[in-house]
Amino acid sequence: MSYSAFRIFKEAITGHKGWKPVWRKPEPQLNYDIIIVGGGGHGLATAHYLASKFDKKRIAVLEKGWIGGGNVGRNTTIIRSNYLLNDNEGFYEFSLKLWEGLEQDVNYNAMVSQRGVLNLYHSDPQRDAYVRRGNAMILNGADAKLLKADAVRSLYPFLNFDDARFPIMGGLLQPRGGTVRHDAVAWGYAHAADKRGVDIIENCEVTGFDIQNGCCVGVETSRGYIGASKIGVAVAGNSSRVMAMAGIRLPIESHVLQAFVSEGLKPLLDGVITYGAGHFYVSQSDKGGLVFGGDIDGYNTYAQRGNLPVVEDVCEGGMSLMPMIGKARILRMWGGNVDMSMDGSPIIDKTDIKGLYFNGGWCYGGFKATPASGYSFAHLLATDTPHDTAKAYRMDRFTRGLMIDEKGMGAQPNLH
Amino acid sequence: MIINHPTLGPRDSAEFTYLGDAALLRRPNPKSETALDDFYSYQYLRDNPAGEHRELWYHEQGDRSWLVVTRNTVTHDITKVEFARDVKQAMIEKAIIKRAKS
Ligand SMILES: Cc1cc2nc3c(=O)[nH]c(=O)nc-3n(C[C@H](O)[C@H](O)[C@H](O)COP(=O)(O)OP(=O)(O)OC[C@H]3O[C@@H](n4cnc5c(N)ncnc54)[C@H](O)[C@@H]3O)c2cc1C
Repeated sequence: MSYSAFRIFKEAITGHKGWKPVWRKPEPQLNYDIIIVGGGGHGLATAHYLASKFDKKRIAVLEKGWIGGGNVGRNTTIIRSNYLLNDNEGFYEFSLKLWEGLEQDVNYNAMVSQRGVLNLYHSDPQRDAYVRRGNAMILNGADAKLLKADAVRSLYPFLNFDDARFPIMGGLLQPRGGTVRHDAVAWGYAHAADKRGVDIIENCEVTGFDIQNGCCVGVETSRGYIGASKIGVAVAGNSSRVMAMAGIRLPIESHVLQAFVSEGLKPLLDGVITYGAGHFYVSQSDKGGLVFGGDIDGYNTYAQRGNLPVVEDVCEGGMSLMPMIGKARILRMWGGNVDMSMDGSPIIDKTDIKGLYFNGGWCYGGFKATPASGYSFAHLLATDTPHDTAKAYRMDRFTRGLMIDEKGMGAQPNLH
Repeated sequence: MIINHPTLGPRDSAEFTYLGDAALLRRPNPKSETALDDFYSYQYLRDNPAGEHRELWYHEQGDRSWLVVTRNTVTHDITKVEFARDVKQAMIEKAIIKRAKS
């Protein structure tokens, strides 16, 4: 089934009886060429690019729950490429370019909205750091603009500009950044991959790896044994648990990140704003709710729910940046299980076990990476060489002293 | 989460700073032949289990003590809280006894 304006028109006049499920529900086969473990954004994108760009066949995505139930359906939907380090910035800019063509590529409306991401600064040193970051972005082919307080004021007059402690002095704007409807990304990639014959198998938990003579040749699952010549793991917050089944310890801790949505309000915020003096960022969804969040809770957890100290911290950040938010009520809040790596950057690499590949360590920021992560992982699985933009995301970078630590925090996951 | 401090009683977890797996108390021997690998695993690799986890918390806004908290990472239930210095002391004593025996 394909989607178009004509199709909507046709369905409208024929009683909407012709819509079909967006992807099939196939039974698992005994054997595949390539298995992807994890039906999140990254796993589904990998399957899509393997089939569409690398011409691979006989591919399955195994998902323990339903697709879109993990972080791809829990995040605050922000996309951007405003990193400082070259090893990251080229990759995230590649991702942003893929987002720009995503909906045509997968034939699905993912509501990609380049509404601009604005990082506010509140002191001279912070401005200097943002100038440097903006230059790094421009050098990598991304877009960046430094705004002074007046320009920010004309965009968002309701912010707390003249705060005595943290006045808003300006901001670094990436106009091409924005938001994307998160679960439509999972459905869109699933739709496109399924159309090319990828089997998306839900309620199929991988419970073990079949490793013979240092070679991974299949997986045990809750729906039986499935063989494969190559197996790629992309399970985000569950990375350590899954890779432990192959005897591999990772430079990763699982933490929880919380998100919040207010009651629906009239349109008031048409971009994404991040507060430079506290842990708070906000945008407004098309339904009118303010979508906001802050820092991770900061302790190991798999609970997919957080605790009250961070709720308080996020709300304080909101009140200090835009005091009028205090009048809105919080409608919903939830948590997602994020894979915090030791340097705050991801891993896309082979493992020491032949045929077993790993993709993870996305921390709290892997949604924006979905297209490039899928593309690079597909490149690695198909050609056994890393994609140009993902060359630095090696598993052994910690032994070689080649950490990619944007904030310079060291091996302390809750500080990244 | 409420952490039941051994001397101060139940305290809000917000008063504490989290460091990570209590395995960090077990610093590798820098003189060992495998020191390079040992320090790599010590610094960068984690078990990161789902379930019971022994971890280090620092009572920054209290008595500045380091604690070893046994907590379930799926339910957030805390089942044991000890002073890190006691845990470390017990580790050292155990090592001394082991060395004396061998
Ligand atoms: C609250 C919150 C806000 C966020 N906001 C942003 C943001 O604004 N911008 C941004 O860029 N990023 C954001 N992120 C991060 C982003 O959501 C994640 O980094 C990204 O979604 C992770 O990749 P994924 O989509 O593949 O993960 P998931 O969707 O979590 O996919 C992993 C899948 O693997 C499955 N799985 C696990 N174990 C097994 C098994 N044994 N067998 C089979 N399947 C298994 C899981 O069920 C899951 O569906 C946010 C995260 C959270 C929690």
